[in-house]
Amino acid sequence: MTPAQTIKANLTELSRQRANRRKWVLYAALLLVALIAPFLAYPVFLMKILCFALFACAFNLLLGYAGLLSFGHAAFLATGGYYTGYVISQNSVTPEVGILIGTFAATVLGTFMGVLSIRRQGIYFAMITLALAQMVFFFYLQADFTGGEDGMHGIDRGHLFGLIDLSNNLSMYYFVLAVFLFGFLVIQRTIHSPFGQVLKAIRENEARATSLGYNTDAYKLVAFVLSAALAGLAGSTKTVVFQLASLTDAHWHMSGEVVLMTLVGGVGTLFGPLVGAAFVVTVEHQLSQSALGDWVNVILGLIFVICVLTFRAGIVGEIQKFMKSNFK
Amino acid sequence: MTMIFGVPAAAFYGQLLLGLINGAFYALLSLGLAIIFGLLKIINFAHGAQYMLGAFAAWLLLNMLGINYWTALFLAPLIVGATGVLVERFLLRRIAHIDHIYGLLLTFGLALIIQGVFTNWFGVSGNRYAVPEALRGGMNLGFMFLPYYRAWVVVIALAVCFGVWFMIEKTKLGGYLRAGTENPALMQAFGINVPLLVTLTYGFGVALAAFAGVLAAPIYSVAPGMGANLLIVVFAVVVIGGMGSIMGAILTGLAMGIIEGLTKVYYPEASNTVIFLVMIFVLLFRPSGLFGKEA
Amino acid sequence: MKTMKTVLTAAITAALGVSSAQAQISDNEIRIGYLADMSGIYRDLAGPNGLEALRMAVEDFGGSINGKNIRILSADDRNSPDVASSTVRQWVERDRVDMVQGLIASSVTIAATRVINGTNTLGLVNGSAASSITNEHCTPNHIHWAYDTYPLANGTAAAVVAEGGKDWFILTADYAFGHALENDVRNVVEAAGGRIVNTVRHPLATNDFSSYILQAQASGAQVVGLANAGGDTVNSIITAGEFGLTQAGQSVAALLLFLNDVHALGAETAQGIQLVTGWYWDMDEDARAWADRFYERTNARPSMVQAGIYSSTMHYLRGVEATGSDRAADVRQWMAENPVNDMFAKGGYVREDGRMVHDMYLARVKTPAESSNAWDLYEIIRTIPGDEAFRPLSDSVCSLVNQ
Repeated sequence: MTPAQTIKANLTELSRQRANRRKWVLYAALLLVALIAPFLAYPVFLMKILCFALFACAFNLLLGYAGLLSFGHAAFLATGGYYTGYVISQNSVTPEVGILIGTFAATVLGTFMGVLSIRRQGIYFAMITLALAQMVFFFYLQADFTGGEDGMHGIDRGHLFGLIDLSNNLSMYYFVLAVFLFGFLVIQRTIHSPFGQVLKAIRENEARATSLGYNTDAYKLVAFVLSAALAGLAGSTKTVVFQLASLTDAHWHMSGEVVLMTLVGGVGTLFGPLVGAAFVVTVEHQLSQSALGDWVNVILGLIFVICVLTFRAGIVGEIQKFMKSNFK
Repeated sequence: MTMIFGVPAAAFYGQLLLGLINGAFYALLSLGLAIIFGLLKIINFAHGAQYMLGAFAAWLLLNMLGINYWTALFLAPLIVGATGVLVERFLLRRIAHIDHIYGLLLTFGLALIIQGVFTNWFGVSGNRYAVPEALRGGMNLGFMFLPYYRAWVVVIALAVCFGVWFMIEKTKLGGYLRAGTENPALMQAFGINVPLLVTLTYGFGVALAAFAGVLAAPIYSVAPGMGANLLIVVFAVVVIGGMGSIMGAILTGLAMGIIEGLTKVYYPEASNTVIFLVMIFVLLFRPSGLFGKEA
Repeated sequence: MKTMKTVLTAAITAALGVSSAQAQISDNEIRIGYLADMSGIYRDLAGPNGLEALRMAVEDFGGSINGKNIRILSADDRNSPDVASSTVRQWVERDRVDMVQGLIASSVTIAATRVINGTNTLGLVNGSAASSITNEHCTPNHIHWAYDTYPLANGTAAAVVAEGGKDWFILTADYAFGHALENDVRNVVEAAGGRIVNTVRHPLATNDFSSYILQAQASGAQVVGLANAGGDTVNSIITAGEFGLTQAGQSVAALLLFLNDVHALGAETAQGIQLVTGWYWDMDEDARAWADRFYERTNARPSMVQAGIYSSTMHYLRGVEATGSDRAADVRQWMAENPVNDMFAKGGYVREDGRMVHDMYLARVKTPAESSNAWDLYEIIRTIPGDEAFRPLSDSVCSLVNQ
């Protein structure tokens, strides 16, 4: 290696380190904000954001990294919620056990739906997931245990591990935050693992990935099931927070809403879904309580259109692009 | 009395006929979707809203300007089709070069906007549009009472469906369209104005939706939400028929109408779900749909 | 452990109750949260015009009580129990709202009343139909005002059977509300010596009802009962008319039909249909006078839900004025002790299960010849006395009812 090359290599290494350090500073700052947030904003509202953020992160794992647009993710959110609610109110299990069972139910459903759908691509994949989710919706509408249209109510928040009283909003918040961070880390590890690299390769060019000897269907299935499980985890946690589970979560509008969140935040970015979920939930919340209450749907539609036309990379994606081109 | 699967034969025939009539609506709507998908490769999520616009256009024409049903049958699709042309020209064209998923998302947003605006303007309860004078009443077929208007719907809808099929498959204009679907770049090289073709195609697909809306106005409540639930059923029809296949959309529309109609007799609770069940089975065994070409 | 807690809470409440003489208006302000569907399928039932009715009540009180300002907050529930639960929770915990008004979809109402149960906030339910709201879902923190499914089914079915409509075909919306309605009708019809020939359950938001109408025709029943709501009922009636159901000698009984639905259908299509309503704008002088004021502001005639919002708010505010307190328990007690005499009800009273008992009315939709304008739609045939109309307390499973 010539001296010049060595210096260059060292410089690159140095800037990489610096970038890395910047990243960790950013993470630490975000964590700090998350920790003090419930003292600055209404905790129940923050928990709602975190639940939807986890849901959107799970969805983004599939769309952003495997290139699969699912139009049926509401099914997993609802499944997690209903089963958690059911075991908590019927068998009086502690919330963490309830959440585990709900997540497991969503994982099972995800495996089933995944096997049926991952062999298709693009629009067909979107449509078959939509169809399957419609059947799930029908099941929950008909099944007795869900309470049908009225929903499942009065689910006790209970005591975490039988010890910590979750009826306190602050304890509940930190628990939800922990669940979110867990889900977020799982996704972060997945994306940066060799598995995640193969997923991206499949997204870019499935035929090439196949010719390199990867069993692409197996990879996509694992991604699908993981995404379903995390969506279920979000639904389960949400049920504990709000003490109810309802058909709203199973409706196809919910599948559309998670697309909106991910799109607004930035498809295929780590923080995009978090930012998108926070944005959409806040906008909906603020609008529905304002004088513009009856225009909520119109404004959400406008956001969709503007997003697609002008900033397709989403809030986080556009910021990243801006940073890249200005602060190399 | 002869029985078919536990239902009196007369009632069975009646349900078949009603299923066919509903199927004609599905055929018209899925035809529009299929044409749009064929050339633009996008799923038009605003199709339900545009169907609703057609019904509202007819209602407004009658109540504001006193324009009757027969004129509205031409005028409403023309007006709504024109809005479709604008949507393609100023919105969809700007994203034509990127992943077609964005087209789906854009039209999804449009559907929210259109439906929301009409809800605020006209409320959700809906409005009545009277059946045109000439088509009031009905005939007794022996096994059922058939309103003349329903008979008219099935006749005109099928005529339009097959007319459009003929135009696409057998005429020169249709040839351009098919060629544009196969290879737009080559078409451009041959001096065909492909962007114009795309714009007009979208407008035409939208006009078909609006036409179905006008047909629906006298038999359903003209309400902002009338297209929203119909839409995903029609999606399923298009997927089952094979995306972009014209004849597939028409025949599947009719077939699904009948299947849904029979479900309403044997297991009515599932009548909104049965089409999705069919769709899953079809996609498992014929991934490109019943009439689609293998990808 | 739990019982001890309950005893303790009761003791504390009792102690506080004693001191209610010095009760106060919390935060020096009476805060009312209006929660309703502003953008979805129930928008016309209450929606923005319901908010207007609420504003009318507040204005009639001069916007304040004894110098304490009355403030209105409003939110769109988006027909989602999730949204309802989080909004009401925020109102209770952060914004310290004293009364929640509106409450339309049953799922939304149940979610909201679960949140306010045990707090100092009172819920006034006007939009929901489910009679379970003051039965298995009753709480000391809410009152159900305008109507519920019990008189709808009983009043309509009893009247129709009495006129000789013995054989029924019921078309039911396939969800909890429809099932409850169907069940109530079945009980009434069979008790009166009638018979249910057949029932068919259709999915919520069905596009086309012709298949069901054909089945109803084939059933040979005298009466076709519609145990559905909103757009589904409207489309059922349109299709019944189209297929000549009534010309062939069958009659249609709609079990839940609101003024805005009938207005949408028009007298031409809806004529002759019998229905039960809790209030009608043209039923007496008081109602008409208020409806005229409402019309000036909204250009529409009020539904019974919108009238109920005004009436219940007025009664609530009178309670706040009389007790000098905006605590749920105090005001509710006053509301129960004092009869309701206003444009909505004469001699109405609030029962211990939270049901506001008042007269209901059996109405018939006028023919186009009888109807003088687009809102002149009902002819009141019979008054159903309140004590006959609602579910008797002896049948109640509500935990607040002493048995």
